[in-house]
Amino acid sequence: MAAPTAPPRSRLQTALGDAGFAALVTFGLSFPLLAFRTEQDMQNRLVVEPRWSWSLAAVLAIFCARLLAGLIQDWRARALAIPGALVAIYGGSLALGPSFSAGALTACAGLVLLALAFPLDARLRQAPAPAARSEGSDRSRLFALGGVLALFLFPFVMLTLLGPAGSLKWINNYGVQILIYVMLGWGLNIVVGLAGLLDLGYVAFYAVGAYSYALLSTTFGISFWLCLPLAGILAAFWGVILGFPVLRLRGDYLAIVTMAFGEIIRIVLINWTDFSNGYAGISSIPRVTFFGVPFTANEDGFAALFGLEFTPIHRTIFLYFLILCLALLTNAVTLRLRRLPIGRAWEALREDEIACRSLGVNTVNTKLTAFALGAMFGGFAGAFFAVRQNFVSPESFTFIESATILAIVVLGGMGSQVGVALAAVAMIGGTEILRELDFLKHIFGGSFDPAQYRMLIFGLAMVVMMIWKPRGLISTRAPSIFLKHKRAVAGSLVREGHG
Amino acid sequence: MSRWLDDPLLSVEGLTMRFGGLTAVSDFHMRVGRGDITALIGPNGAGKTTVFNCITGFYKPTQGRLALAHADAASTHDVDALTRSGRRFASMGGRDLFLLERMADYEIAARARVARTFQNIRLFAGMTVLENLIVAQHNALMRASGLTFFGLLNTPGHQRAEAAAVARAVGWLERINLIGRADDPAGALPYGDQRRLEIARAMCVDPVLLCLDEPAAGLNPRESAQLTALLRSIRDHDGVSVLLIEHDMSVVMQVSDHVVVLDYGRKIADGAPQEVREDPRVIAAYLGVDDEAEVIAAESEIARLAGEAP
Ligand SMILES: Nc1ncnc2c1ncn2[C@@H]1O[C@H](COP(=O)(O)OP(=O)(O)OP(=O)(O)O)[C@@H](O)[C@H]1O
Ligand SMILES: [Mg+2]
Repeated sequence: MAAPTAPPRSRLQTALGDAGFAALVTFGLSFPLLAFRTEQDMQNRLVVEPRWSWSLAAVLAIFCARLLAGLIQDWRARALAIPGALVAIYGGSLALGPSFSAGALTACAGLVLLALAFPLDARLRQAPAPAARSEGSDRSRLFALGGVLALFLFPFVMLTLLGPAGSLKWINNYGVQILIYVMLGWGLNIVVGLAGLLDLGYVAFYAVGAYSYALLSTTFGISFWLCLPLAGILAAFWGVILGFPVLRLRGDYLAIVTMAFGEIIRIVLINWTDFSNGYAGISSIPRVTFFGVPFTANEDGFAALFGLEFTPIHRTIFLYFLILCLALLTNAVTLRLRRLPIGRAWEALREDEIACRSLGVNTVNTKLTAFALGAMFGGFAGAFFAVRQNFVSPESFTFIESATILAIVVLGGMGSQVGVALAAVAMIGGTEILRELDFLKHIFGGSFDPAQYRMLIFGLAMVVMMIWKPRGLISTRAPSIFLKHKRAVAGSLVREGHG
Repeated sequence: MSRWLDDPLLSVEGLTMRFGGLTAVSDFHMRVGRGDITALIGPNGAGKTTVFNCITGFYKPTQGRLALAHADAASTHDVDALTRSGRRFASMGGRDLFLLERMADYEIAARARVARTFQNIRLFAGMTVLENLIVAQHNALMRASGLTFFGLLNTPGHQRAEAAAVARAVGWLERINLIGRADDPAGALPYGDQRRLEIARAMCVDPVLLCLDEPAAGLNPRESAQLTALLRSIRDHDGVSVLLIEHDMSVVMQVSDHVVVLDYGRKIADGAPQEVREDPRVIAAYLGVDDEAEVIAAESEIARLAGEAP
């Protein structure tokens, strides 16, 4: 006779148990840390002031968070639940304080989000075990995580090492500038690297994004956070507009028409003065704010709000994080799309368009989505460019920009996300570093101006690079799905598309 | 016995294809029987690939009608009604009927379910064997991923569809003995394996008609035998009709239920393999001469030379 086994505990019981334990630990910790505070009174004596409410709040918060984490296990459901809970708390505090109705409404919205997370979690958890896998190895994941962490720490490390004045150059000229090109490279990589469509007019979408923010914010006063998606949508729309006429074009013809498209947009911006103010450009575009809090020295500015000393580096660091998040978003979406039918269709299109059509792939839609998505990320980057410079003019969107972005994609190895990022660092960081070759004056004499040889050195480096690694820094292709072994596909087998 | 007359899956009527002054195919009629292996043969440059390209929508025929009926044969009345209606396809009396000459190439694969391979192999060389077979299931996966939106969230529905697609691909890889190379790039496979993979990829489209352009070209005798077995299993096990262009007569005679012969863009014979093999016009065409009298003359010339030689 089998020994009677205890019935398995339900999820709720387990979660409640875990949460209760966590709350107990929090109470134990908060008791000495939070619950008492010593203060000097009028007679300079230390008195203990109890702060039971702080301790209670901490215990409650930990209990709720642990309970939610126990009940909602899928990360996507958690991604929905966390903002839901935060909005609910924010709404609740608003309702108790200044405005009851608005607060209650916000709290309700948050609770609805939170409630939705439960059925979502239940549905996502019954997903079948995958027959084939598509994610990378643990080592490459760790590597990526480390890289992202380093990027997030970069401005703070610079700040502590060099101080606000010294680090400005590093965060702005290197950090922000390189990340803009990483993002543009990743955006263009969808069109050129994945779908194999040679696009020499990518700067047009960068311009559309920049002018979208510039015009929408200066004429209608729309905030940056609203303009950002709008700029993406407008750029995607223009991507489709460009996509239609070039659907049937290949190779050189495709390159020429896309290049012409880039020039058309620029020339329209120059000549349609009523709309875009021509050569003079659009100035005094609203600067970026910290979700509504401006980076000014006033008392309602960012520095005052957080009790910091005002320095302009705060804005630069915020811009750095903004472009870092935008670039990471581009990367995440691209990596995900590569594993979806649409992404595989892009790559199949690059390999063989005729075979694609014989398999029922609608190549028109496939090309248009590639153009639209690539353009959308260009548009995001454009809006960022406008908010960073707070000035845009057609001068910033010349053909050389398109050529630089394309060079980044080609140098990186077409289709490789890591390669494009490395190439952007090498190209943009390289041109910046070449500005600092003043020591050469000691060798060639005082009249030698290294800045003038910058482009020459750079061009030579590119030529050497292309002889040494003709298919770019990372020439192999990672398969989007695998049964047993993830083996990179040799670059010689991968086609470059009809571009 | 002639299923292509009783229950045609595809009927080609009056197909003509001109390239400028060159008439590659003229007034060509043929029927492909449901559940048959039909062979389309003829000397080099006869216009076989051109017929394929018209059926699969890669060429728009200069003239002619190509009617394909799913499930069971369409009546002439229905086909005429659809032709007059000006539409590309319709569901008539419970049957799906398609006029291929009006449809775009990808639509023919996706809706009319006609899949094909190419004379010069067109695999996605830089993608793995498994990826090739997954791309072939693009439309089903696209629907399951809610046009990418559900896919971005990785919903269970999408995951199930992807698992099913992988299972189907694995099933085909086992059938063509390539399961061990699933994660290798398709371009790195030997020639014979590439041919079989291209057939499996076309089968992953879930077709009713599979068009194979010279599948045995460049295969050794053992691989040819494997191919014959594969074609038979596609017909008998999967219930898919096969239309194949082939120069290797041993393969044609072994597997086909019905043979159509083209020469200079015209049909010169049409029937069971035995009948066609004995048709004097076919013999003449394959010997490279115009008519029967010349065949006889040529044969006697050969005999005379053979007599003189010793
Ligand atoms: N796109 C085209 N443009 C012009 N002529 C063409 C085109 N496609 C085929 N032809 C011509 O049509 C004729 C028939 O060619 P097709 O490729 O159909 O022959 P085939 O029977 O497949 O020959 P093979 O056995 O060599 O493959 C040839 O004379 C060819 O040159
Ligand atoms: Mg041919």
